[in-house]
Amino acid sequence: MKRFHLPILIVLLSAVGLGVFAYKVTVLNMPLAPGATSDTWLVEARVRYQPTGGAANVQLRIPDRLPNFAVLDESFVSRGYGLNTLRAGDDRIAQWTTRQPRGEQVLYYRATLYRDNDDRSESEYPGPVAVPDWEEPYRSAAEALVDDVRERSSDIQTFASVLVNDLATATNGSSAAIFADENRERMERAEVLIDLLATARIPARKVTTVPLIDGRRDLEPAVWLEVHNTRRWVPIDPESGDIEYPDNVVVWAHGEEPLLQVSNGTGTEVRFAAALGVQDALATAQRFGETLDTRLLDFSTLGLPLGTQNTYRVLLMVPLGAMIIVFLRNVIGIQTFGTFMPVLIALSFRETQLVAGLILFALIVSLGLAVRFYLEHLRLLLVPRLAAVVSVVIMLMLAISVLAHNLGFERALALSLFPMVILAMTIERMSVVWEEHGASDAITQGLGSLAVAAAAYALMANRQLEHLLFVFPELLLVLLAITLLLGRYTGYRLSELFRFGRMQDSMRREA
Amino acid sequence: MRAWLPRFVRPSTLKRQGVVGMNARNSRYIAAWNRRRFYPRVDDKLETKRLAQAAGLSVPELYGVVQTHRQIRDLEEMLRGHADGFVIKPAHGAGGDGIVVITGWRGDRLRRASGRTMEIGQVHDHVANILSGMYSLGGQPDTAMIEQRVQFSPVFDAVAYQGVPDIRTIVYRGYPVMAMMRLPTQDSDGKANLHQGAVGCGIDLGCGRSIGGVQYNRPCREHPDTGHSIVGLQIPGWDQLLELAAGCFELTELGYLGVDVVIDRERGPLVLELNARPGLAIQIANGEGLDHRIAAVDARLADHEADDPAARARWAATAFARAQDAGHTTGAA
Repeated sequence: MKRFHLPILIVLLSAVGLGVFAYKVTVLNMPLAPGATSDTWLVEARVRYQPTGGAANVQLRIPDRLPNFAVLDESFVSRGYGLNTLRAGDDRIAQWTTRQPRGEQVLYYRATLYRDNDDRSESEYPGPVAVPDWEEPYRSAAEALVDDVRERSSDIQTFASVLVNDLATATNGSSAAIFADENRERMERAEVLIDLLATARIPARKVTTVPLIDGRRDLEPAVWLEVHNTRRWVPIDPESGDIEYPDNVVVWAHGEEPLLQVSNGTGTEVRFAAALGVQDALATAQRFGETLDTRLLDFSTLGLPLGTQNTYRVLLMVPLGAMIIVFLRNVIGIQTFGTFMPVLIALSFRETQLVAGLILFALIVSLGLAVRFYLEHLRLLLVPRLAAVVSVVIMLMLAISVLAHNLGFERALALSLFPMVILAMTIERMSVVWEEHGASDAITQGLGSLAVAAAAYALMANRQLEHLLFVFPELLLVLLAITLLLGRYTGYRLSELFRFGRMQDSMRREA
Repeated sequence: MRAWLPRFVRPSTLKRQGVVGMNARNSRYIAAWNRRRFYPRVDDKLETKRLAQAAGLSVPELYGVVQTHRQIRDLEEMLRGHADGFVIKPAHGAGGDGIVVITGWRGDRLRRASGRTMEIGQVHDHVANILSGMYSLGGQPDTAMIEQRVQFSPVFDAVAYQGVPDIRTIVYRGYPVMAMMRLPTQDSDGKANLHQGAVGCGIDLGCGRSIGGVQYNRPCREHPDTGHSIVGLQIPGWDQLLELAAGCFELTELGYLGVDVVIDRERGPLVLELNARPGLAIQIANGEGLDHRIAAVDARLADHEADDPAARARWAATAFARAQDAGHTTGAA
């Protein structure tokens, strides 16, 4: 019985994993490929505040009619709150109220957006606006600039875009320079532009937009400008002068009002997250599943909050990376520093990309190694020495980031995602191997670690695999079965076929 | 084919030769026969020595132990008593780190094996470092051992470059199955580590004579530094050594064990260290796989009552002896 224990376990795990997988694919029609429903976005606004006592009233501006997107579905997560949605101009306001909030409060608003390319921007002309009260010297400069721009434009839309360009490329001495110089911030630039447009009696307004970047949890809202050309509101980028929104920008709110207002609360913040959803196809699958009365979908990764989902997208790739390590170490025979260090390095490669990651890793480890050899002279004990190496590694990372930023090499900024404690341990292990077994061994193992990390990265950064493991986490059972199988491999490692190959001269006689 | 070129061998060939790979060693020998709870018996050299002395096996004599920083103050008095040298080593050291060999006193200073001298204060510092775990795995607080300095048998003077030749024997379930002599070279910086360029020299288990060696996985017949032949060297006290190695099985209860022995001029073979995870380079040094010999031991144990160490050593010497002429031709390639 003992002989069959492992094979039975392996068959069982694979059968359950593949069975659930097959059911989800064939019966529930879950999509196998990522991006099958590419224009569906799940956008989440997360409101957080600390109550200061008394009844709280939280007002969050939420979109109503968005250009280019349709709201397929929306939900509010707010336990213990009363909820109202009010109309407010072109937007809505979600109003949450509660009597006695305690501790940190977190509220969610989630919307599923579908890109339908209907711009919905037709609106009645609000009429010419009043000229703002400029003070000198701005008054004459504004008038001169408006006249100058009017000369070079044909209609309201081109007027606005020429104006934006003038401010963006203002040279010293030009009438635009006075407005461009001190207004670096996008927000202030938009406000100045609204005033300048008003000088030409053109109605314009500020718009708060959210960029849609898949998998991000801290999206920065950005300000856009909308100019009314008597038929519709035309969006203009206040910095570049580009007309119309790019594909990945969604309008969240219009006008001057702040996005979030909280009474009796401090430390208020609203954060945006977005994920390119398989939501739509899966929603279909889920509705279909309800008719079949299956409980399977209640326990799906797709029901988790977005931030958590994004975390698990990464985490679910780790078993795959670990399995690769098992294969490369026990079947191929590549030596690495630390058993799973390459997986962690591969995870950070996801942010830096492969080539930059490899270069940065080699750079930090070699610099760290140099420092470690110096520390050797100081005869420190192990733990303080490790702590010193960690400090040095972090300082090196900071130095490289600052340097790279100044040189305009932004990719190197993702360096901060390197697991520095692991790096420090790697440096420590490498220096020990260097001393006890010589430089060639240390470098071979270092290169081995990098090669394994690169191989793990190649698989872990694969979007298809990421999608499969995230939507069908039961495939982890199959991975587990394969890992167990590899655990029983007692044959030769590929590297040993070469190691023992060299001794065949003295061997042949014996055979 | 050039020796440095990578050369591939088919797994079936290795299998026929009985060569054991790392995965097979880990699962079939170490996981199967070495129980975790017996590991401290070999990882702690002090424990190894106590067990060996209790069992009557020859080890370098233990002069003293330093366990606390307070005891360092009384160290000089203890060391004064050993005029012809001693060795200071950490009980949990690995790879020979932290070992200081003192050959004697010169006035108030101590003479090291390398010829340089050190002050007693430096010895105190070194012992303090050992106690705070500088040389132990994971930086655990450690114990310093002061033991007899082995007076190496002159047999090896011509084939050991500035270092300590030792004899590694693999003992499987109590039976010695394979042995090799590790000769330090200039490349290995006086260390007996094959990986660093020491010469591994296969030994005929039947008579204790060397059968030629390998350096960096390449066969060689002469010591690369001294040019002296390393074929046919007779290890003194071979029968005694085999019995000593076999006896370490009772000591540790580890079924797959590496026994490192040095030969003292007067006392003969002494157990220096035991290893619960001995490597596979011994197969390269002997030009033979371990597996057939291990299968022979398994077969022997299947139809025999367990023997005593002496009987096991005798059986191994007969079963694994080489044909008379084979021993002298190996390494000729």
